[in-house]
Amino acid sequence: MKTLFLSIKIFFFFTVLTGILYPLLVTGIVQLTFPAQANGSLILKNNQVIGSELIGQRFDSIIYFSSRPSAIAYNPMPSGGSNFGLTNAKLKHSVDSIRSQFIIFNQLDNDTSIPAEMLFESASGLDPHISQKAALLQVDRIVKARNFNSDTRQQIIQGVKNMTEAPQLLFLGEERINVLVLNIELDKIATTNHTNTIN
Amino acid sequence: MTTQDFIQIILYFTLLIGLTPILGNFMFKVFTGEKHFLLPVFGRLERWTYSFSGINPEEESNWKSYTIHLLLFNLTGFIFLFLIQIFQAQMPLNPANLPNVSWHSAFNTSVSFMTNTNWQGYAGETTLSYFVQMIGLTVQNFVSAATGIAVLLALVRGLSRKSTDQLGSFWTDLTRSTLYVLLPLSILFSVVLVGQGVVQNFKTYETVQTVQGATQVIPQGPAASQIAIKQIGTNGGGYFNANSAHPFENPTPLSNFLEMLMILLIPAALTYTYGKMVGSTRQGWTIFTAMLILLLIGLSISLYAEYSSNAIFGKLPLMEGKETRFGITNSILWSTTTTAASNGSVNAMHDSLSPLAGMVAMINLMLGEVIFGGVGAGLYGMVIFVILTVFIAGLMVGRTPEYLGKKIQKFEVQMAIIAVLAPNLVILLFAALASVTAPGLTGLNNAGPHGLSEILYAYSSAAGNNGSAFAGLNANTVFYNLTLGAGMLIGRFGIIVPVLAIAGSMAKKNITPTSAGTFHTDNWLFLGLLIAVILIVGGLTHFPALSLGPISEHLLMNKGITF
Repeated sequence: MKTLFLSIKIFFFFTVLTGILYPLLVTGIVQLTFPAQANGSLILKNNQVIGSELIGQRFDSIIYFSSRPSAIAYNPMPSGGSNFGLTNAKLKHSVDSIRSQFIIFNQLDNDTSIPAEMLFESASGLDPHISQKAALLQVDRIVKARNFNSDTRQQIIQGVKNMTEAPQLLFLGEERINVLVLNIELDKIATTNHTNTIN
Repeated sequence: MTTQDFIQIILYFTLLIGLTPILGNFMFKVFTGEKHFLLPVFGRLERWTYSFSGINPEEESNWKSYTIHLLLFNLTGFIFLFLIQIFQAQMPLNPANLPNVSWHSAFNTSVSFMTNTNWQGYAGETTLSYFVQMIGLTVQNFVSAATGIAVLLALVRGLSRKSTDQLGSFWTDLTRSTLYVLLPLSILFSVVLVGQGVVQNFKTYETVQTVQGATQVIPQGPAASQIAIKQIGTNGGGYFNANSAHPFENPTPLSNFLEMLMILLIPAALTYTYGKMVGSTRQGWTIFTAMLILLLIGLSISLYAEYSSNAIFGKLPLMEGKETRFGITNSILWSTTTTAASNGSVNAMHDSLSPLAGMVAMINLMLGEVIFGGVGAGLYGMVIFVILTVFIAGLMVGRTPEYLGKKIQKFEVQMAIIAVLAPNLVILLFAALASVTAPGLTGLNNAGPHGLSEILYAYSSAAGNNGSAFAGLNANTVFYNLTLGAGMLIGRFGIIVPVLAIAGSMAKKNITPTSAGTFHTDNWLFLGLLIAVILIVGGLTHFPALSLGPISEHLLMNKGITF
């Protein structure tokens, strides 16, 4: 009985320490040191939150760079992947149909090699990135849909190259480009060019 | 694979090997009561813990009392966690207004976090409030890891002391592990994680209008503080459903690298602490090397399987269930380390791994979580195999087996066999039950041999207290919540109790001095025998089931067959 009380007391002590004080201490430190990151790396446009830099969004419109296929259609409540095994017929079927859609959508040759991340669904369903190659394959379709001239096309290609993140600290992880940030940049290019034409 | 892939892997293991003696030596000081640099800061907290709870830190106990203290403490944690879940809606800090959790899910989750498994039948962001995540789960992340270290310390005392029945104090071991090892590392690591983009706040979920005009709910919460300890304490239970694949849980390649390092850091360093405590760091390094070799074999097979072409997708890189920022190499390095250590966090969906890479993950679980394994748990599990190896070697040469000068006799071998059989029994019996009954089969997400793999993986994960999953299996049902819960309990305490019994019986024995006839346990010969025993026991037990699951799936995949 004495041991039981003792274990309840020490459990209570550790609950306060690791369950309340520890998270509060960490919250306090990071709200001072990294407030933007601690609050979700949110992106503001005209004082409205339009998303988080880290959380991918669904892009299927002809005027935007498409994001990766997602088992949850980029709805984070809750996050997750397809959990299909490689011998699951649904996976094979899904990859084949996504491939032909991607080719038609971007008006590519039938034998174009499509980067794997554009054919397979991500683990979180919220993957914000695609490869540089996957972005470049979509440029001509966007240029056509937005009626851009060849200078703007060059500007976009250059933008894709500039915005590609190299592996972190030279060799950690993969080369990648953030689709949401890229599309926001694309909208900016569209606005400036539009203003230029009017002027 | 590119040169860059190899550089990452080499860098990872170099850092791990380099940090092992540093942290190992620090933990030696902490656990033996020597002076160390954290005493001025956290020493006061230790004294407060004892005076608040009425503990005499000098008071040691025998193996039976030590076991009772441990079980009562764990029971307290279980009941508390169960209650705050089933009454979640009445508790504070629930901005998303999440309802009460069902009794069977609450049972499963409470067992899961108490046993350091962190199997998750629920989805964090849509099931649990900030209150339960913090005050329930984060606490168990700490104390379940500390419990594992405590059992290891009791075992080490049993091996290094003589003619006594005293194994130390569970309360002191628990307190020191938490205050000087887990807590400082977690504070430091949480801040680093937030710097990379992990969220840490108490705001309500953010509803946004996306660029294309859709509505997206962005979850928030005190995530970093929980993610840090779930990696450090080999817990693995994600704040979000996608675990460390979620961009808020693991935003960058650097956060990924560090989270991966944290998976193995303490289990690896404990081998050094162990060596110092038994009086020979060579003993520790021998065990470390055996673990590392087994890990590298598994890693090589997994990488080979993932980078090979197959008859269904040809040469297409297998990016299903993987994140662009991590790619294949980092996903596989993670899947191998997280299953070798009983961490169980994931940065890629294991259900979608190629059959052989999935099998390696499964074998890591089935071997008893001794390849580094859980914090404390991996090493005491490994010592069980060491005892078996010494026993078998003794039989071969016809001498009384000895380990560290202690005679291994009938009682120790009996206890070791129980500890080896308990988790294997769970895997085979429960998986067999689930494969032939309706409640087991309705949860499947994949047909064919992969369906069997989903079931087999679930029970291996529960029995090994790992917690990762072939997550397609819908396990949030009464059947799975209860059987997996039972599996986790047997897999945890079915080993802890025999280990403590061995510790108690070893402590009573005298230490025979080394002689010409002593069978050495710190050389390559022993290392080879140890690895062989682990693989033979695991292989004999699980090969039949594996051949029906991942092995036949691999063969069928290479004929282009789908289900």
